[in-house]
Amino acid sequence: MKNQKKNRIWLGISASPGIAIGRAYRLDREEIKIREENLSSEQVEDEILRFKKALNEAKIEISRLKENIAKKLGPEHARLFEAYILILEDEFINQQIFTGIRNEKKNAEFVYNRVIQKTIETISLSRDEYLKERVADITAVSNRVLNRLLGIMPQTIETLKTPGIIVAHSLGPGDVVQMKKGNVLGFVTDIGGKTSHVALLAKSLGFPAVVGLKNFFSSLKGGETLILDGDEGEVILSPDETTLKNYEAKRERLLERKRSLAELTSLTAETKDKKKIELSANIELLSDVDTALENGAQGIGLFRTEYLYLASSNLPDEDEQYQAYSSLARKLHPQNAIIRTFDMGGDKFAQDAERAYEANPFLGWRAIRACLDLPDFFKTQLRAILKASSLGNLSIMLPMISSLEELLKSKEFLEEVKTELRGKKIPFDENIKIGIMIEIPSAALEADSLAKHCDFFSIGTNDLIQYTLAVDRTNERIAHLYQSFHPSVLKLIKQTVEEGHKNGIWVGMCGEMATDPRATSLLVGLGLDEFSTSPLAVPQIKKIIRSIKFEEARQLTEEVMKLSDSKDIERFLDEDYQRKFGNENSIRI
Amino acid sequence: MIQKKIQVINRLGLHARPAALLVQKASKFQSEIRLVKDEYELNAKSIMSVMMLAAEMGSFITIKAWGEDEVQAVEELARLFEEKFGED
Repeated sequence: MKNQKKNRIWLGISASPGIAIGRAYRLDREEIKIREENLSSEQVEDEILRFKKALNEAKIEISRLKENIAKKLGPEHARLFEAYILILEDEFINQQIFTGIRNEKKNAEFVYNRVIQKTIETISLSRDEYLKERVADITAVSNRVLNRLLGIMPQTIETLKTPGIIVAHSLGPGDVVQMKKGNVLGFVTDIGGKTSHVALLAKSLGFPAVVGLKNFFSSLKGGETLILDGDEGEVILSPDETTLKNYEAKRERLLERKRSLAELTSLTAETKDKKKIELSANIELLSDVDTALENGAQGIGLFRTEYLYLASSNLPDEDEQYQAYSSLARKLHPQNAIIRTFDMGGDKFAQDAERAYEANPFLGWRAIRACLDLPDFFKTQLRAILKASSLGNLSIMLPMISSLEELLKSKEFLEEVKTELRGKKIPFDENIKIGIMIEIPSAALEADSLAKHCDFFSIGTNDLIQYTLAVDRTNERIAHLYQSFHPSVLKLIKQTVEEGHKNGIWVGMCGEMATDPRATSLLVGLGLDEFSTSPLAVPQIKKIIRSIKFEEARQLTEEVMKLSDSKDIERFLDEDYQRKFGNENSIRI
Repeated sequence: MIQKKIQVINRLGLHARPAALLVQKASKFQSEIRLVKDEYELNAKSIMSVMMLAAEMGSFITIKAWGEDEVQAVEELARLFEEKFGED
C-alpha cells in the first residue's frame, strides 16, 4: 500500500526550466462566491462609491506590483500591469456597472461579476490558444476587485516562511512577482499554458515551474515532498530515496553547468598557447543581442537584415532601418556588429512581379545581384547603416559576391551615399569597415584580388558547400552528397584564409560549420580569426577553443588536409572530438 | 470619417500588452475611434473591447476614426500594428 503511494508522477506542461525539490505549500484560495442582493433606492449611490473605492484600491495594489517588476525585470514586463490598470479604468466596462447598479438596484459584486463573465464568454468563443491567456489576465484583475468588494484577504505568497514549492489551482502574474528567491523553490498549478505571462515571468525570474496539472492541487494535503522537473514538465509526488537521490544529482549537475557557463562568459576565446580568437554570434532580432551577450559573445558577427523585410508588410523604409541599426549599435556598444545587406531573392524587393519566377533561384537574381540592379533600394539600406554608424561599432558585409566587379560597384554606391551625407552634414563613421561573404567558389578562388579591396572576409559555409558540390540542400535524394567536410570545401576555406592574411585582413566564418564543435580544432588550425556562431553555441565553442593549443590544431589540420575522402575526414574529426571532449558529455546534458 | 484596413502581424495578436499600447495611444486622440473585425465593431479606447476583438496573428482589422484628428489617429494606430507593438 505504502509503495503504491510512492513516486506518483504527474505530467503537466513545462513552463520554466530547472529542478526544485521541497515540501508542497498549498496556496489555498477561497473560491469567490457572489451573492445577488437587492438594494433600496437610497443605497444605490453608496454602492457605486463602494465599487469605485474597490477599483481604486485594486489599482493601488497593481501599481505597486508594476513598480516592483519594473525594478526587477525592466519596463518591458511592467507593461502587462499597465494593461491591468487600464482594465480597471475601462470606461466601457465601468459605465455598464454604474448603470447596472442604478437601474437594477443590485449589489456591485453581482453586477461586476456578470459583466466580466459576459466578456470572458465572448473571448472564450474563439479557438485561438493565446486568447485563453486573455481570460487569465481579466480574471487576475477582476478577482482583485471582487476580493476587495467582499472583504476577502486572499492568502499571499508572502505568507510562506520556510522554503517550499507553491502548489495552487491557478496563479496570476502578480503572484509570481511576489515570489522571493530562497523562500519559493518553484511552483506548480492546475491550469495555465506554456505561453502564459505566468510562464514568461517564471522564466525571467528563474523559478522552475510546471503548469496544467489538471487536478493536482485538490489531491494534495500540503507538506508532501515534491520533485518539480521544469525541463520535463513533471512533478513527482512523495518520491522514494533512489528517485530523490537521482534528482538531487541532476539538480547539482544543472547548477554546476550554469556556474561554469557563467564563469566562461567573462573569459576570452583564447587557446592555451595564447592565440586569441574573436568569438561572436549570428542574430536576426534585436532581442537576440541579450542572449548573445549573456552567453559570452564578443560581438555580433552577422546581423541578418532580411528579417526587417519579412517583419514589415512594405519594404522597410530608411527610417525603420535606421531605427533598427542604431538600436543594435547602442545595445552592443562598445562591442561591434557586422550588418549584412539584404540577402534574399530579388522577387522579394523588386516591384514588378514578372521577375518573380526563376527556375534556379539559388543561381538567380538575388542578394547583391538584385541590390546592384536596384540602386535606390540598395542605397537606402547603406544610408540607414551609415547614419547609425556614428558610434563607430558597425561594419557592412556584402552577401553573395562572386567577382571583384560587384565589390567595386558596391563600394562606389557606398561612396556616393557618404558624399551625400557629408553634404548634408549628417554624421557617420568615416572609417566604417566593409567586408564580404565568401560563399561562392569563385570568390574563394579570387580571394587574393578581393582582399585588396575590402577589410574582412566572412566565410558562409552553407552556400559555399552547396555551390562547390552543386548540391541543393533541400533535395532529399541528394542529401547524402551535401558533405560539410568535403576536401574541396576545406581547400577553398584554407585558400581564403591564406589569401586574406597575405593581404593583411582578418578572416572569419559565420556559417554552420563555425557552430559545429567537431570542426573547431580544424578551423583554428586553418588560421581562422573569428567564429560567429548561433548565440547558444558560444559557450561550447569557447570552451573548446580554451582547451586546445594552436600548434596542435595546426598539426591536426595538416593531417586532415592529407585525406581525400570526406567520410574519412569526418571520422577523423569525430574521433578527435570524442577523445578530447567526449567524456565531458560536452556542455549539453 | 477615415478608415484603414490593416493586418495583425505580431505573433501573439492583440493580447494584454499590445492592447494596452493601442488603448493608450487611441485615448490621446479627440476622435471617436473604432476597430472593426468581421461583424464586430468595438471602441478602441476600451481595453476590454480590444481584448474581446479576438484579433490573432494574420487577421484583418479596419481602423475607423471620426473627429478633428482622425487622419493622424488612424495613421498612428496603423503604425503600431505595422511595428508589431514593439514585440517580436
